[in-house]
Amino acid sequence: MSQIMNTSRRHFLKVAGIGSGALVLGTVMPGWSPAWAESNPGDRVNEMNLFVSIGSDDRVHIICHRSEMGQGIRTGLPQVVADELMADWSKVNVVQGLANEAYGSQNTDGSRSVRHFYQTMLEMGAMARTMLEQAAAEHWQVPVDEVYAKAHQVWHRGSERSLRFAELAEKAAALTPPESTSLVYKSKADFNYIGKDVPIVDMQDILSGNTEYGIDVHLPGMLYASIQRAPVLGANVKSLDDKDARAVNNVVDVITMPEFSLPAAFKPLAGVAVLASNTWAAMQGRKQLKISWTDSEHAQHDSESYLNTLKQRVKNQGKVIRSIGDAYSGMMNAVHTHSATYTLPYLIHAPMEPPAATAVFKDGLMEIWACTQTPQSTQSTVAQILGLEKDQVKVHVTLLGGGFGRKSKPDFSVEAALLAKQTGKPVKVTWSREDEIQQGYYHAISAQYYEAGMDDTGRVTSWLQRTAFPSISWTFTGTTDSPSDGELSLGFGDLPFALDNLSCETQTAEGHIRIGWVRSVSNIQHGFAIGSFVDELAHKLDREPRQVWLELLGSDRHVDPEPEGFKYGNYGDPKDTFPIDTARLKNVLNLVADKAGVENKTAANEAWGISVHRSFVSYTAVATRVRVKDGKLKVLEMHCAIDAGTVVNPDRVRSQMEGSMIFGLSLAMNGEITVKEGKVQQSNFHDYPILRMHQSPPIKVYIVDSDAPPGGVGEPGVPPVAASLANAIFRASGKRIRDLPVNKHLEV
Amino acid sequence: MIEFTLNGKAQKVEADADMPLLWVLRDVLGMTGTKYGCGMAMCGACTIHIDGQPIRSCTTPLSAAKGKAVSTIEGLSDDVSHPVQEAWREHNVPQCGYCQSGQIMSAVALLNSNPQPDDAAIDEYMQGNLCRCGTYPRIKAAIKSAADKLGRKA
Repeated sequence: MSQIMNTSRRHFLKVAGIGSGALVLGTVMPGWSPAWAESNPGDRVNEMNLFVSIGSDDRVHIICHRSEMGQGIRTGLPQVVADELMADWSKVNVVQGLANEAYGSQNTDGSRSVRHFYQTMLEMGAMARTMLEQAAAEHWQVPVDEVYAKAHQVWHRGSERSLRFAELAEKAAALTPPESTSLVYKSKADFNYIGKDVPIVDMQDILSGNTEYGIDVHLPGMLYASIQRAPVLGANVKSLDDKDARAVNNVVDVITMPEFSLPAAFKPLAGVAVLASNTWAAMQGRKQLKISWTDSEHAQHDSESYLNTLKQRVKNQGKVIRSIGDAYSGMMNAVHTHSATYTLPYLIHAPMEPPAATAVFKDGLMEIWACTQTPQSTQSTVAQILGLEKDQVKVHVTLLGGGFGRKSKPDFSVEAALLAKQTGKPVKVTWSREDEIQQGYYHAISAQYYEAGMDDTGRVTSWLQRTAFPSISWTFTGTTDSPSDGELSLGFGDLPFALDNLSCETQTAEGHIRIGWVRSVSNIQHGFAIGSFVDELAHKLDREPRQVWLELLGSDRHVDPEPEGFKYGNYGDPKDTFPIDTARLKNVLNLVADKAGVENKTAANEAWGISVHRSFVSYTAVATRVRVKDGKLKVLEMHCAIDAGTVVNPDRVRSQMEGSMIFGLSLAMNGEITVKEGKVQQSNFHDYPILRMHQSPPIKVYIVDSDAPPGGVGEPGVPPVAASLANAIFRASGKRIRDLPVNKHLEV
Repeated sequence: MIEFTLNGKAQKVEADADMPLLWVLRDVLGMTGTKYGCGMAMCGACTIHIDGQPIRSCTTPLSAAKGKAVSTIEGLSDDVSHPVQEAWREHNVPQCGYCQSGQIMSAVALLNSNPQPDDAAIDEYMQGNLCRCGTYPRIKAAIKSAADKLGRKA
């Protein structure tokens, strides 16, 4: 059984069987300061760090402190360390890190793992190598510049003597780690693993069913819990009759969850848990519960009428968050104008593995195993809600059966912890598919209005855009009624177009169900609307879409929205190293348009659609070819180009792009959560369909060769997809889809 | 007590006869390679074989296994060497991996019934297996590779 080995330093040294000969490395990472730590909790903040150790059996143990959910991070980050270390990959053992602030942020979202830890991993590898080289030089009594590491050994140039890493580890561990500024890094030409298609480390276990996901955790004497949660946000249990539930065979207990109060944050919802000696019995018992619920202020929420309200609101001038010139007078002076309103419904993550967590409380220690994207906030939230100190909460990260943002909310781990504390037994909470779809954290419902003014040559001179959607912040404050700068930094306030006049505005939108982040977050709606509207302008002007895109993007330059009034977040990265670079946008657009041949003639009822978008400091363009015939859509092929700067594992970048195309198609074609009387109407894959194989086209991916610092990969593929699809549908059929999903307009 | 063979070995289970095989395997027998995804036979994550036929174990009661041969992902090969597993490895199919047990069990059943499936046949057979990560193009390619391997073996 090859479970992921979870470890703290001490525990790790014990379980890995490493004796005193182990080299244990720590380092203080640059940029650390307590003040910075407080304002950016957890992110890239480091004390002593522990990533590399070497066993007496010559195995190199590399900690992966980020969660694996299919992006390949348990391979990618260790690949970087191993390369600089000059380790032999076949002797590398990847160890999953426990929740621990020392690692820096473990919140595996925002497409940040390689983006924010590439340099750190290089440093960890180079530091270990340097110490091994120094130890060898001392052993041979030769100058350190006469030795070099290669293939898991250190060699003496000239005499060709060599020592294995294991033989040097004890001596190296006693050395003072070198200053990070003194480290010498390998050149790109010498990379053994970075930039190579290293297969994922969990491959064999996945193929043989030998992995451990959150839902697979088993502890001796464990109870299995299924929870009936309040159907409307804010409601609580008014009355409960659990007699029939308790009578179900193998049901052990029925426990009412703590009272819930808004704001929702990461608190568990109100509900009743049925605990049994297996999952099935718990689910059967739950069906027998008779619960009445208290009223809630959100019980009147109706997503259809709410969307109409948002559509009305974006017709009116809103709060200006960025402006150039005067868009309104620019519009009056325009020779042609065009406007459009776009809407998207609520969406939900639907990872194949629903949320699941197991907890046991013993001797004052709460130990949790969960498919979490965020072990640190699991630790802090559990501690806070249960009244424990953080060091009383130990969080093990299992593999995740998909995440997409759902598993960066720790509510489900809190549920397991509460039940474990109350019962005194290990408890596993397994969410059903219905739970996952009906009681999640939803991608925001949204409406947007766009208007463009053009001069007599067809040049766009004036651009007006308004967006309205309930903010993720509302989930945490209960009062926020307009998008945050962070959300507006996702493809809206960072519009990269060269315009004489621009007005970016927001309208109000209050929350009624928990709003959360879903893969690429607000880039979903903004990428769809902007990508569609450019295509509408191209059609109006009777020009090739690519040409209109290139003209709007304008000259090669770095776009800075700050002087125009917008506090741009840039995904937490500095804008000098990660500028909004129009040349890179144009490059991926041209690459994909040329490769796909989007301007070539297509068969009857068939057409190409394109779009391009920058998100998570990467640049992605997508071309989609469809056939629309007799009211039926068939997606025939997709091409995707990504410039993510330096790439660690090209095969995993390709697989993320393939997955993003399919995720994007899925939400564009099928994705729709509706709410009536405060209750989510969908419940499982029959009414919240996700894309199936027969709907998925062949996909070609082009990765731009770049030495720029690494950008995001997990999310940037998604935003251009819906627009490229809608644009292709329009070109093939004359049908312009401005209200997603597509299945409301065409058979898919 | 219900008796059947599980991956070639005799197995006795003491549990409710209407308990779905999925939960029997996972919670009673501790074999977690077979996954829960929907509980309604709509996602295929729980696909296993009974007498060589693929079934969705989330809606198949324990009683249906009585006297039959049940096989799961754990029993496909001793050393991850089944041609379908080999093909999955060659194409680096998995992302999160959660649905892949079911995908592989469906693919094995497909190739048993149709040794050389074309794209349309693969789409038709595999559309009951969902993958949220979007590994469909690679699954399709891997099934074709596996068909070639099995063809050479035959």
